[in-house]
Amino acid sequence: MRLFLLALLAKEPAHGYELKQALEQIFGSAYPSPNIGQIYVTLGRLEKDGLVRAVDVEQTNRPNKKVYYLTAAGRESLDSWADEPTEGPRVRDEFFMKLVLAPMTGIADRMTLINRQRRHYLALMRDLNELAERTAPEDRIALLLIEGAMLHLQADLDWLERCQEDLS
Amino acid sequence: MSREAGGGRRRAADESGTDPVERGERPARDERPAERVRSGERPMRADPVVATVNLVKIYQNGGVPVPAVRGVDLRVERGEFVAIMGPSGSGKSTLVHMLGGLDPRTSGEIWLDGKRADTLGESAWALLRRKKIGFVFQFFNLVANMTVADNVELPALLAGASPREARERRERLLDALGLTGRADAAPAQLAGGEQQRVALARALANRPSLLLADEPTGNLDSRNTRDVLKLLGEVHRDGQTIIMVTHDARVASLADRVVSLLDGQIVDDGAVAAPRRRPKGTAGDVVELRG
Repeated sequence: MRLFLLALLAKEPAHGYELKQALEQIFGSAYPSPNIGQIYVTLGRLEKDGLVRAVDVEQTNRPNKKVYYLTAAGRESLDSWADEPTEGPRVRDEFFMKLVLAPMTGIADRMTLINRQRRHYLALMRDLNELAERTAPEDRIALLLIEGAMLHLQADLDWLERCQEDLS
Repeated sequence: MSREAGGGRRRAADESGTDPVERGERPARDERPAERVRSGERPMRADPVVATVNLVKIYQNGGVPVPAVRGVDLRVERGEFVAIMGPSGSGKSTLVHMLGGLDPRTSGEIWLDGKRADTLGESAWALLRRKKIGFVFQFFNLVANMTVADNVELPALLAGASPREARERRERLLDALGLTGRADAAPAQLAGGEQQRVALARALANRPSLLLADEPTGNLDSRNTRDVLKLLGEVHRDGQTIIMVTHDARVASLADRVVSLLDGQIVDDGAVAAPRRRPKGTAGDVVELRG
C-alpha cells in the first residue's frame, strides 16, 4: 500500500481518512475497502523513512488532524516505481510444484491433480462471471480488473491442458 | 476447419429433402441403454436427451486408421448444460458432430430422447435434426441470400411452427441478442459477432430439445461473447439442454457439468462446483491487488 499512498499524495496533500476515501472512489469495488488503521500505520512508516512529512492542522471542534505531503525522497521513490516494469504473474506456482513433486512420492496421481485443479479454476471463473454481472457498468476499473483475472485463469486452464497432454 | 463448414452445408442440403421416414420408431425396451433405472431411485425417470454407448469414430487417413473418439459413454439429462473441453485433436468436435448425425459413427450407439439414432439413414437424421436439434458452429453458416429474420424463422417453419409462431419466436430471440434493428439486413452486412448471434438465434428457433455448439464464441470479441453467454444462460435457465465444445473457460464455467476429453476418451466428468464466495464479495475480494 506504500506506493499507492505516495501516488495519491503526489496529487495533493491529504489526511488519512481522505486517502481512504480516494482509494474507494478511484477503484470502486475493485479494491477491498482499506482499513483506516492500516493506512495510518503505513503513513507512520513512510514518515519514518522520510518519504512523507506531516503537519498538524488545527480544527475548531475536533482534535488536530495530520495532513501528509510528499517529500523529495518520496517523489523519487514514486518516480522509480513508475519507471520500472512491474513484476509479472507467477510462473512457478504452488500447483505446478505439487504436480511435479506429488506423483514422485506416490501420494497423488497427476491426472487426478489436473482434473481437480481444472474444476477449481472453472469454479473460480464462475465466481468471476457472477461478479462481473453484478458489477455496475460504470465501475470500469473494477470490470477491467475482473477481465484481467479471467484472462489469467484462461491461461492457467490452457496450460493445465498442456500439462495433461504431455504428462499423461 | 473445413469439416465444420462441410457439416453445415450438408445440413442445409438435408433440410430441402422431405423424406418422412422412420418417424417415431421406438426400439424394444430391452435394447435401450443399460442402467436406466438406478436401484430405488426415481424409477419413472425420463429418458436422457442424449446417451451414447461405447461410441467410436475412426477416420481413414490414406488407409491408415486414425481413432478420433475411442469408446465414449455419455449421458445427458434433460435441462443439463454440458461443456466439453480438451486439447485440440482430443475428439471434441467429432463427438458433437456424431451426436447431431453430421458425421457417422464407426461403432457404438447414440440415443436421442430414448430413441436409437446411430442406425438412422441420412434423411431420417435430417428430419430428426429439424425437429430436435439446434446447431451453432464457430463459423456461422447463414444463408447468404436471405435476411437475418428469414434465416432465424426458417428452422422454426421447417420444424412445423406456424408463421406467426415462427415470427414471434424470431422477434424474441433477436431482441434478446440485441439484433432487432438488423432483422432486414443480409448476413454479409453484419459484423462477425452479429452473424454469430444470428446463428445462435437460428439454432434456437425450432425450440430444439438439444442445442449442440462447437466453439460458438471462438471468433468473438469479449463484448459479443458476453451477449452470447447471456442468452445461453437464459435459455439454459428456461430448461434448454446444451452440449457445447469450448475452449473458453468463461463459457465452460456457465455449464452444470464439464466433460474433459483426452485422446478420444473421457478423462473427467463432473459438476462445476458452486461458487464458494459470499454473495456480497466484490472485485477486490476476488482479485488480489498486492501492496
